[in-house]
Amino acid sequence: MSDLKHTDIEDGTEQITTDPTDAREKMRAGSMTYTLMPWIVGAVLLVIMPFIFTSNSALTIMNQMWITVVFALSYNMLLGQGGMLSFGHAVYAGVGGFAAMHIMNASDFFASFPLPVLPLFAGLFGMGLALIVGSFSTRNAGTVFAMISLGVGELIAACSVIIVAFFGGEEGISGDRTYAMPFFGNEFLQQIDVYYLTSFWVLLSAVLMYLWSRTPVGRMANAVRDNPERAEFLGYSARWVRFYSFVASGFFAGIAGGLFAINYEILTEENLNTASSGVILLVTFLGGVGFFFGPIIGAVVFTLVQTVLSLQTELWAFYAGVLFLATVMFFPGGLAGLIMMHVPAFKTGRAGTLVMPYIKTLLPAAVGVLAVSALVEMTFHVRHAATGDYDMTLFWTTFNSHSLLPWIIAIAVAVLAFWITRRNMPELRAAWATANTAREGTV
Amino acid sequence: MNAMTSTDAPALDISGLRKSFGKAEIIRGIDLSIGKGERHAVIGPNGAGKSTLFNLITARFAPTSGTVKLHGKDLAGLQPFQINRMGLSRSFQITNIFPAMSVFENVRCALLWSHGYKYSFWNMVGRSRDLTEGADRILEQINLTSRRDLPAGVLSYAEQRALEIGITIAGGADVIMLDEPTAGMSHSETDYIMDLIRTVTVGKTLIMVEHDMGVVFGLADRISVLVYGEIIATGKPEEVRGDARVQEAYLGAALEAEH
Repeated sequence: MSDLKHTDIEDGTEQITTDPTDAREKMRAGSMTYTLMPWIVGAVLLVIMPFIFTSNSALTIMNQMWITVVFALSYNMLLGQGGMLSFGHAVYAGVGGFAAMHIMNASDFFASFPLPVLPLFAGLFGMGLALIVGSFSTRNAGTVFAMISLGVGELIAACSVIIVAFFGGEEGISGDRTYAMPFFGNEFLQQIDVYYLTSFWVLLSAVLMYLWSRTPVGRMANAVRDNPERAEFLGYSARWVRFYSFVASGFFAGIAGGLFAINYEILTEENLNTASSGVILLVTFLGGVGFFFGPIIGAVVFTLVQTVLSLQTELWAFYAGVLFLATVMFFPGGLAGLIMMHVPAFKTGRAGTLVMPYIKTLLPAAVGVLAVSALVEMTFHVRHAATGDYDMTLFWTTFNSHSLLPWIIAIAVAVLAFWITRRNMPELRAAWATANTAREGTV
Repeated sequence: MNAMTSTDAPALDISGLRKSFGKAEIIRGIDLSIGKGERHAVIGPNGAGKSTLFNLITARFAPTSGTVKLHGKDLAGLQPFQINRMGLSRSFQITNIFPAMSVFENVRCALLWSHGYKYSFWNMVGRSRDLTEGADRILEQINLTSRRDLPAGVLSYAEQRALEIGITIAGGADVIMLDEPTAGMSHSETDYIMDLIRTVTVGKTLIMVEHDMGVVFGLADRISVLVYGEIIATGKPEEVRGDARVQEAYLGAALEAEH
């Protein structure tokens, strides 16, 4: 479906409009702006974000977010576009990052170029590793590929304690980004400087990865994903198509690693272990593998959960897990798929009819979820708080977690909220059906 | 398409071809030569080995012994994509398209290699007028223009078969192999697809596997009858229909039904 969407937009630029009264032809006529619009909005957002969120911690969170965006997009070149499920993608980012750290520490060489060039080197190292691994791992997709990726991931993660010279053992490798040649007088001492450096690379990488998906080899990656045998009978070697995607993906993963190195000035085994590989799979899937922008949403949401929510509760990983599970089970298209589900309703102009039913169901559902999470937090507090510490604060209220009343309230709220949700569900379903059946005639 | 091949070699030359799966010999020594521009149909009852023969020719399976030559060049050990680049394109008995991609994009993918785009990552396919126009032209030929932007997976069965034929011919191959293109179709759909095949394969070598002789009678220049892994007759449709062994082995029932 994603391809279809893009096709509409992309090929529209080449289309000669025949019937300007046709809604679709109209869209095609203006499609150049339609294609560029998201990028312009994205660039503007990147620039103005620091003016909205000015604190240093906000900058750190945003940097983390943008790095995850690049990493997740590079992962989706494999999973979403190429149909290759990798369990070891973190090694390409990690090796790129470690290479960047070593360049940082090679003071003479590092002083010979400005810092913004560094991610390029990191990307090349990630690409180099992908060239080697891809030469044998892309022979097959599916289970074989997944197992090789897992094996290689474990292997390189294990190397981090063996090859101490490169990976720095348990304490990792640290460096100082400010030793680079000043970039128009800027030595990247401040977080805001790093923010704009990161933003530049995020935008550039995202644009390049998007363009990649529009090239012959990028298009054939989709074909090979869907039906490798058919692709072979169209003159393309499925293996080579996978290999090119894999190498490109390694390059952009390396860039993410380089950006990480610049931001944190330290890399450890954690950057390339299987847990990190698992996280990026989770992020990408959460956002949605079927659409190019899916991983971007996934990266933003996950980073927010990881940073903002983790300040509120120790159980953030639990909630992230539940969110992931719910996505896989109920919305396999991810958050992006959820958004795109509404496009037909918007096209027919009937999206407005969905607003009230949504409020009537989602609002109580949200209250219910909060009530359940309160129960989870209370259970956690009862089990894990120090002996004698009965006071807990939840939703700006301090109460005794060992008394019965808060439990009764939470359970009552949860039951009531879910009951209302359930009662209003049919209305939402009906509204959804009407909003989407109208499209038959028009689209 | 292929400058390197000698002009007088047959489009496809099969000699001594055998294939065993374990102890079962499915193809038991086939010799067949198909000339340039010929429309050749291979017919036979179920289980005769028609699809196996097809898969041997297109290197989906490796033969136990024997050779297959395309334009005089041995295909042994080549990969499907290499054979395709030599000018042979095939369809599949079970519909084999890219269901998640749009109809237009299915055809465009089939055009990429022959238009010289190869593995390039410096071209934007959406900006290539030759691809867009070429794909639209194919869509016109297979009457799927109105379905252009739909995902191929939602097309009707007959439309998917038409699309598959479109994909097969799109790359400009001069040898086209179709594996039971009318399998599972109604009478009118079969007529429609056969007309389509007739128009899109003009000037090309066509090798077509079919279950039912009646379907290919008007189209094929020559017909081979495959029974239990052997070709028992090859010749013009009328000759084959008159052949006593063919009637005995296979056609009797079908011909009676026809008359």
